[in-house]
Amino acid sequence: MAARETPDKTLGESLRDIGLSRRGFLKFCAATASMMALPPSMAPAIAAALEQARRPSVIWLSFQECTGCTESLTRSHSPSVEELIFDFISLDYHHTLQAAAGEAAEAARLQAMEANRGEYLVIVDGSIPGPDANPGFSTVAGHSNYDILMETVEHAAAVIAVGTCAAFGGLPQAKPNPTGAMSVMDLVKDKPVINVSGCPPIPMVITGVLAHYLTFGRLPELDAYHRPMAFYGQSIHDRCYRRPFYDKGLFADSFDDEGAKLGWCLYRLGCKGPTTFNACATMRWNAGTSWPIESGHPCLGCSEPSFWDGGGFYEPVSVPIGTSTTTLLEAAAVGAVAGAGIATVARKGKKDAVKTRQPVTIEELEQKL
Amino acid sequence: MTELTLERGLAAFRAEIDAPTAAFFSSCVHCGICAQSCPFYLETGDPKYTPILKLEPLRLVWEAEFTLWGKIKGLLGLQQKVTDAMLAEWEELLYDSCSMCGRCSMVCPVGNDLAYMIRKSREGMVQAGHAPEGLINASIRAITTGSPMGLQWKTLAVQIKHVEASTGLEIPVDKQGAEYMVLMSSMEIINFPEYLEAITKIFDHAGVTWTLSTECFEATNAGIQIGNKDIAAQLVERVVAAAETLKVPKVISPECGHAFTAIRWEGPNLIGRPYPFRVFHIVEVLEELRAAGRLQTEGKESDRLSMHDPCNLARKSGVIQQQRNLIDLVAEDFVDLKEHGKFQWCCGAGGGVSSNERAEELKMAAFKRKKAQIEEVAPERMVTMCATCRTQLEEGLETFNMEIPVIGLTEMIAEHLVEKPRAAEDDAEA
Amino acid sequence: MNGSMEFLLWVKGPLFTIAMVIFAIGLLARLLEIFLLGRAPNYAEARAGEWLPGLRTMIARTVADPGTFKRAPFNVVVGWLWHIGFLIALLLFIPHIELFKGVLGLYWPGLPNPIVDLATGVTLVALVATLVHRMTHPVKRRISTTEDYLVWTVVFMVVLTGYLAYHRLVEPYPLALGMHILSAELLLVLLPFTKLTHIFTAFIARWYNGAAFGRKGVQS
Repeated sequence: MAARETPDKTLGESLRDIGLSRRGFLKFCAATASMMALPPSMAPAIAAALEQARRPSVIWLSFQECTGCTESLTRSHSPSVEELIFDFISLDYHHTLQAAAGEAAEAARLQAMEANRGEYLVIVDGSIPGPDANPGFSTVAGHSNYDILMETVEHAAAVIAVGTCAAFGGLPQAKPNPTGAMSVMDLVKDKPVINVSGCPPIPMVITGVLAHYLTFGRLPELDAYHRPMAFYGQSIHDRCYRRPFYDKGLFADSFDDEGAKLGWCLYRLGCKGPTTFNACATMRWNAGTSWPIESGHPCLGCSEPSFWDGGGFYEPVSVPIGTSTTTLLEAAAVGAVAGAGIATVARKGKKDAVKTRQPVTIEELEQKL
Repeated sequence: MTELTLERGLAAFRAEIDAPTAAFFSSCVHCGICAQSCPFYLETGDPKYTPILKLEPLRLVWEAEFTLWGKIKGLLGLQQKVTDAMLAEWEELLYDSCSMCGRCSMVCPVGNDLAYMIRKSREGMVQAGHAPEGLINASIRAITTGSPMGLQWKTLAVQIKHVEASTGLEIPVDKQGAEYMVLMSSMEIINFPEYLEAITKIFDHAGVTWTLSTECFEATNAGIQIGNKDIAAQLVERVVAAAETLKVPKVISPECGHAFTAIRWEGPNLIGRPYPFRVFHIVEVLEELRAAGRLQTEGKESDRLSMHDPCNLARKSGVIQQQRNLIDLVAEDFVDLKEHGKFQWCCGAGGGVSSNERAEELKMAAFKRKKAQIEEVAPERMVTMCATCRTQLEEGLETFNMEIPVIGLTEMIAEHLVEKPRAAEDDAEA
Repeated sequence: MNGSMEFLLWVKGPLFTIAMVIFAIGLLARLLEIFLLGRAPNYAEARAGEWLPGLRTMIARTVADPGTFKRAPFNVVVGWLWHIGFLIALLLFIPHIELFKGVLGLYWPGLPNPIVDLATGVTLVALVATLVHRMTHPVKRRISTTEDYLVWTVVFMVVLTGYLAYHRLVEPYPLALGMHILSAELLLVLLPFTKLTHIFTAFIARWYNGAAFGRKGVQS
């Protein structure tokens, strides 16, 4: 994959070049519209916009990551439209996927940046050792992740943080966070940042975000965590097909009990569905085959900040984190000492009052008459 | 010369606070249900008579000196202090508007024994010099003359003569080794001389050996009512000394409520040791005689009777069934007040209220609760077994123009005794 | 902290520990303050033992005597309603049971959510009624202190936030849940230093009451 300038061809032209039928294209547009919770009437508009859009240059940076996000995106089955979307963009730099290596690869990145100054998109997966961390914790071509990120985003139009590591710090940031890992939004303050969280995120969400950007020329509506509302607007719990069991109070108590077999709610097995915002319950995984809860496993809450440090995966949402019985017993002991102290002082006061008590005499009473 | 001061009052409050007090104050949720059990609040409608509010001085001392939070508040200067002015204001609440009937202790949902704490609060009030004049006078008279009414043995001696003359029986005085030493209350001696006559007849009938003591005949304890241990203990010591002199195994407390709780429950703790004798209320003794078949009665009262349980006897001492067994012995048409026994309503005069002239109006207001109870069952006569209650009932019923006589239970039993065989022999001879 | 999830994790994590520590210290201190004071020896001849009547009063005092019920039906009924509703919500809601299991290791069966939800609704209404009563009844108004209103507010907040969180009436959910946990923590912190101690000490008070009366032959 060589570096190139933003191509002159429109998307429509490129798609026709690679043989995508008009019908297939419209189907994709309709799917995109519904996915983004737009009315179906918007599909032709999306199609028209995409037809005319020029493929943006995209630079994909991988930092402290496991390649799971890339895997998720590229391993989607069948010649899906998701795959094709990569042809909608000009992916000018991607460590894992690009053919070029070494200095040539880095040159491609710099060239794309130069050629598309102010217009290119940066996609990041993986967290970044922060400016105060040892820069040697993670480097590419001898440059620290932090330097590469800051250099690359300087003239970007927007940054898309793909995966929970890039979005929220993820696994590398889990306590004790040895590399001082930070998320993209921790570091990039002067560019729009879109978080597509998940470990990994749902492939369609990435393509959806890109399609939105191409269609409307701006970023989609975001939640407080910079996540596209269209995909992260509702909790797993609210869209879960097992929700009626929760409402009725029917729970699986272990992975092999009757409740589990009957497909009851997994709350007590630690399901983080109530506090997790993602589209798994509606879009599902592996080309719509299934998703974790459907497979009988509680949601881990992978698309949320601090999900590694947010309590045990098998601890229910309502269980506090890190409050140990020992701590309580110690506190109780401290309280016992404090109480004993107060009681001792009070008892002494009481004893003194008894000891120095002056009996009431008739004469004293007479004075009061 | 020493005097009663705020400091002494605070020290007394401090000395009175114990584990139950701390548990009680920790538990109050300000639900106000105690007010619904207090005749002084219910009949005046004034919320300042809410029982728990009467305990505020004691509570403040507890909070400030006995709790971690109070200490913290103290450091921050947020802890309210008990002042002389406050105690002056609370004097009415702790004395005039509380008969220590203990009904609030019975209904408090969190289980606070409020009457217990009122008693404790009064200790502080006396030491701080904030007791009512009427009770101060009664206490001085009790200590100096032996009776809160200033009554002396010679008055009782006159009455003994009268009774001996009218019954032809001898009243034993200072008789060593009798089974019972009988105590009297001044109120009975003055207002209800029929009591002495009644027990003389009953004990003769049942063959009980008993005696009065010239050393101590007074059962009442003004020290308990004013709420001072020193005076109360001195008065109890007199009873104990008299009983020890006469070597009696049992002491009978008369038809008087507070006298019984004073000598029965508080006495040993006031003097700091158990008694060498046992203490009974006259009603308990009569019931024991009845149960043993030693009371032979004839005839029954045919009018509709109801009964007022003295708080001190019923709720505060557990004597509830005894008086009912006894009244069944001599009455055909007995009907209980709707709330009786441990849930009875105070007549309004107990706990020193009747000795506190200033509280007259409140005392009569509180009586209205009893009046309503009596009206509910409409008896022709009321029976009771406490001279203070009896006086209050008589005065109250008269005030409200209700023609319901009040009679003492002992006296009523005495009226129904079968004449002894000896009397029959006398008749035969005649 | 820049989001609802961090807020939730903060109140579920360090703040919960802090609240529990203050609660444990305060409660133990209060219990010792009470018990170490002891009682003076009682030399009066007892009519009966103390233990049994004490234990009976601990339970029996939960039910008002008929006369009191007649004179203060509102107090009794509303008091009961909200206490029971609160206890159902606190002790029988499955997520709460998981909390007890997680912290104390003790657990028991729960109730279906709709029943708990109903109890919570009743509790909310009853709590509002108690506030109106407190502000209008002459006795309650006279004896109420700032503490009474503060405690009411915190208790009400706990139930209200729980209701809002359960029904997802506040978005995002981690914020709603966090607010609920925060209110509960406030309650825990206030508990040992306010009248809320009655949750524990009322049973001690009842025992002393029952013991004192029982000793004299009266079941109080």
